Amino acid sequence: MKIFLKIWRQETREAKGEMKNYVLDDVTEDMSFLSMLDLLNEKLIAAGERVVEFDHDCREGICGQCGVMINGQAHGPLPHVTTCQLHMRSFNNGDTIYVEPFRAKSFPVIRDLKIDRSSFDRMIQAGGYISASTGQAPEANSIPISHKTAEAAFDSAACIGCGACVATCKNSSAALFVSAKITHLVLLPQGKIEADERVRKMIAQMNEEGFGHCSNTEACEVECPQQISVLNIARMNWEFNKGGFL
Amino acid sequence: MKSTQIQKILMALTGFFLCIFLVIHLLGNLQLLLPAEKAKTSFNWYSHFLSGNILIKIIEILLFVSVAAHIVYALILTLNAKKANGQKYVYDRRGTASKWYSRNMGMLGSLILLFLIIHLKDFWYQYKFTDLPIDEQGYKDLYSIVIEAYRQWWYVLIYLAGIVALGFHLLHGFFSAARTLGVYNPKYVKGFRIFGWLYTGIITAGFMIIPVYIHLTII
Ligand code: HEM
Ligand code: FES
Repeated sequence: MKIFLKIWRQETREAKGEMKNYVLDDVTEDMSFLSMLDLLNEKLIAAGERVVEFDHDCREGICGQCGVMINGQAHGPLPHVTTCQLHMRSFNNGDTIYVEPFRAKSFPVIRDLKIDRSSFDRMIQAGGYISASTGQAPEANSIPISHKTAEAAFDSAACIGCGACVATCKNSSAALFVSAKITHLVLLPQGKIEADERVRKMIAQMNEEGFGHCSNTEACEVECPQQISVLNIARMNWEFNKGGFL
Repeated sequence: MKSTQIQKILMALTGFFLCIFLVIHLLGNLQLLLPAEKAKTSFNWYSHFLSGNILIKIIEILLFVSVAAHIVYALILTLNAKKANGQKYVYDRRGTASKWYSRNMGMLGSLILLFLIIHLKDFWYQYKFTDLPIDEQGYKDLYSIVIEAYRQWWYVLIYLAGIVALGFHLLHGFFSAARTLGVYNPKYVKGFRIFGWLYTGIITAGFMIIPVYIHLTII
């Protein structure tokens, strides 16, 4: 199939970027979106031009590295998939596809479609951990925990940190990401101990990084590849109100 | 107060307070639906009672402070969010992932504010600061002012528009405030959402019926 591409090109962090047009004639339906970009890059290399740079690693939807805005939607038109799991069968011959980096002041563009998500790391560093030395793995049954709770904690822990929630939020809020970590840890016995301190520090860091507030539009859950629930945000608010800010 | 989280809580608390006020306000106004003579005596007595009551004075001040704080924090948060956005998308279809009214609380709020100014100028200001005619009981005749206002069809339309804006603001606002305050148990979340729908429906319908009914039954 023939695909018309409009891709954001930007040389450096400081440079002013722009959309550039490309045409690909030999795209097949079973190519993934990233393979399609690989194909484009091979052509660019052959023509002696600089390739389109984009983030990716596992290409199987688990690492959270990939992620671009495709036709104005985070990770493209399919619900709950990463960009690497999107295939060209979701598009039609002759389509024009807009490809842009995830946008937020706290996600500066490094080059082309690659963004700097170290703000996420710094929020985790601010409190998204338990500070006990772990040593060797203890006997699994020494800390009783119900199946339901373990599952709920795991649902929250499933966040891959891709940043689609921020990219799709009208306020560029990181509430879903931060709340997933807070909920993950507060549900578990080891995480409960530092719960108050954690919620305070992580939210403070979220403000520090310049993310916006949460308006509860719930767009983040809709676009999240891992279907992280907005109820994590509710839980974060509860934890903050209960003990965080006093 | 620099934390957006705390600013959000203040928006939710002031918003909820205004939600409670709306219930009281609607209950009082329902007197306007009584038969004309009865409505006049009852409504004018009620207005007089409210204006003389110290508790009501305090609530009135609380209301003005709440509206002001709600607006100030709405502005601060919105401006901050604009800053957080950074560069705009060239092609933006993010709107497909959420309800339009949840994304436009600021616009809906501005419409409410516009309506509020008209509303206060025509009734509250008139009552407090001008010499109104006196009714048979010796009270200021606010009832006749209200009836005269609703005689004009365009005035009724302005009211309906204002209340529709309020309705959409509440449709998102009520549930959103519950979330901001931390309702996270799925059972209660659902309960609050349904209660929010009912609340919004009743408030909106109630405030819309009054001017329409008066306009249609006036001779
Ligand atoms: C009777 C009048 C009003 C009531 C009952 C009301 C109620 C509410 C409630 C309950 C919320 C949800 C708070 C939350 O999400 O935590 C809210 C949000 C909001 N209100 Fe109002 N409001 C009123 C008037 C106004 C006015 C006059 C404005 C602005 C001029 C305004 C602007 C906003 C904005 C921008 C939000 C969303 C904040 C966000 O981004 O999350 N409201 N309102
Ligand atoms: S490349 Fe790892 S999730 Fe897409």
